[in-house]
Amino acid sequence: MNIHEYQGKALFKANGVKVLDGVHCTSVDEALSAYDSLNSKVVAVKSQIHAGGRGKGNLYCPNTGDLLMEGGVKIAFSRDDVENYATNILGHILVTKQTGEEGKIVNHLYVESGCDIAHEYYLALLVDREKKSVLIMASTEGGMDIEEVAEETPELLHKVNVDPNAGLMGYQIRDLGLALGLSGAAHKSFGKMLRSLYALFVKEDCAMVEINPLVRTGGDEMVALDAKVSFDENAEFRHKDWDEIRDLSEEEDVEIRAKETGLSYVKLDGNIGCLVNGAGLAMATMDVIKLYGGEPANFLDVGGGANEEQVKTAFSIILEDPNVKGILVNIFGGIMRCDIIARGVIAATEALDLNVPLVVRLAGTNVDEGKAILAASTLNIHPADDLAEGAQKIVQLIGGEV
Amino acid sequence: MGIWIEENAKVLVQGITGKQGMFHADKMVEYGTNIVGGCTPGKGGQTVELQGKPYPVWNSMFEAIEATDADATVIYVPPPFAGEAIMEAADAFDQVKGEGVVVCITEGIPTLDMVKAVAFVENRPGVRLIGPNCPGIITPGDGGGAKIGIMPGHIHAKGRIGIVSKSGTLTYEAVAQTMSIGEGQSTCVGIGGDPVNGTGFIDCLAAFEADSQTEAIVMIGEIGGNAEQEAAAWAKENVTKPIVGFVAGATAPPGKRMGHAGAIISGGKGTAEEKFEAFEAAGIACAKDPSELGAVLLEALKKAGLRNE
Repeated sequence: MNIHEYQGKALFKANGVKVLDGVHCTSVDEALSAYDSLNSKVVAVKSQIHAGGRGKGNLYCPNTGDLLMEGGVKIAFSRDDVENYATNILGHILVTKQTGEEGKIVNHLYVESGCDIAHEYYLALLVDREKKSVLIMASTEGGMDIEEVAEETPELLHKVNVDPNAGLMGYQIRDLGLALGLSGAAHKSFGKMLRSLYALFVKEDCAMVEINPLVRTGGDEMVALDAKVSFDENAEFRHKDWDEIRDLSEEEDVEIRAKETGLSYVKLDGNIGCLVNGAGLAMATMDVIKLYGGEPANFLDVGGGANEEQVKTAFSIILEDPNVKGILVNIFGGIMRCDIIARGVIAATEALDLNVPLVVRLAGTNVDEGKAILAASTLNIHPADDLAEGAQKIVQLIGGEV
Repeated sequence: MGIWIEENAKVLVQGITGKQGMFHADKMVEYGTNIVGGCTPGKGGQTVELQGKPYPVWNSMFEAIEATDADATVIYVPPPFAGEAIMEAADAFDQVKGEGVVVCITEGIPTLDMVKAVAFVENRPGVRLIGPNCPGIITPGDGGGAKIGIMPGHIHAKGRIGIVSKSGTLTYEAVAQTMSIGEGQSTCVGIGGDPVNGTGFIDCLAAFEADSQTEAIVMIGEIGGNAEQEAAAWAKENVTKPIVGFVAGATAPPGKRMGHAGAIISGGKGTAEEKFEAFEAAGIACAKDPSELGAVLLEALKKAGLRNE
């Protein structure tokens, strides 16, 4: 789960990580009073969306598609500048390298005091899958695309893995600070920040905290100029406050509804809907559809123990997508019994008045009963014995060539 | 033989009085697994009925292992308590007998809980953790065997193919594919789809290589991370038995979590293409479609002189 920069900075501030003064706004008027209250000659006016590359993105009018402004993060030198930038940003579409062509509507703005920057650094904390621990990465090359730094100048990317039993050690902080060329007050300030960040990372169950850039000010203080924070969704049960900071407008409505019914759904661009049990098999089903010349419309895992109601919900979610021209159901019954799935499929197709071709492949527990139930129905359901046959059938049925 | 779990291994069930735990404990007994009881704090002294017979429940894993000399435990404890259940089992196995296998089925454990639990287990070298978020491990026997997890037992048969996979149902698919060419399995291990887990691909490959019953290996990966690439590179140097592979997620879009917490392409890394390439570079015979796993395996067995026809 991602949060906005302004929310991340509030979290930083509450946990002793130095940030600049700033105000979250949702209107031009609020942006202007934020400017008045900040008492800073120069302010940054920053679009708030859950995607990177905001500074280099462009703002478009959602109605006409006209380009309104280049750059989603602007430095304002006057009240008029703030008014101009806020007007161009709020309610408009920001397209960045990470949003895709359709971009994202900007509903939130962050107006932040200016900063006297001596140097820009990069700092991130994340879970290292290979080393099975929290990894801290830092670089002197702040403000840059860190993937590029890792690719071209890996010696400038410094890494420290934290032992989960020992926690972050003083020597690790010192080593990292020295690697960044910090000394004196700046080194001390960096150490304090890193301790606070690690504590925050663990306490808040973060998946990632990225600060790009982290800056050293003219006064040798380390300040987080950006805040990209994401949480581990598995830990939601112990963070009741996440509901309040979750921005649902940033998430796909249908993916949220799927999650509420215990389904895992991701929308894709193709026209063959898939309904599968198990994440690995669901991915493999998409792959095989593509292999036989089709394009999957979605990823959908109904989980290990889906009931008739969930199967029905799964069908209705698939059918909401107007691109769907056919559906492939692929179930390998383990805990889940094929006869139950077969009944669910029949109930769903009847209730939803299904009018696209449907191919059903069943295997595993109670497969013969399941197949018999499908065969006895008067509905137009095409059976398949294995995944390849199922994929070929559905591609043919929607008029594609295998 | 088979790896880590013998056919007659003595198995405990953590969370045995819960709905999931009891349901699957019953299925395991039905399959022939030697279940010796379970553990639910606060319910010690009670019994649960599995397949018409009573099984004892203990308050702690220490008591349970001391009383039964169990070889393994399987965890069906909800996510908030599962990390600690792993550590309790590891601690108890380590102190009581110095060894044991901990299989965690639970899906949705916070990643940082797993970071802690995995480090805890790694400090107890005799203890092996399998999972979490996995179907478990099964060593089919001659009539029965040891099924420790949630997989459908009846699709398996004793044989010479070792299977290791990140996914549940895709493992069943692989099992069915071995059966379709008349081959059974030595042991099938689901290592789970979480970003931080216990036993990995390399552990499984090493154990299959050393196991006299296993003659060929099927390895099923998925997008995210680079465990498959590392395993392929390791296998090239260390595994002499034929390996057949598949990776799920070739069509998955970058940046989207595909069901499993670990199945995500991030920063352009962890793609299926990369993993297939690593497999091929290591001489692993790849199936582009899981329905072809049987045919590819048959070919690999023939090439290795393990099948004639």
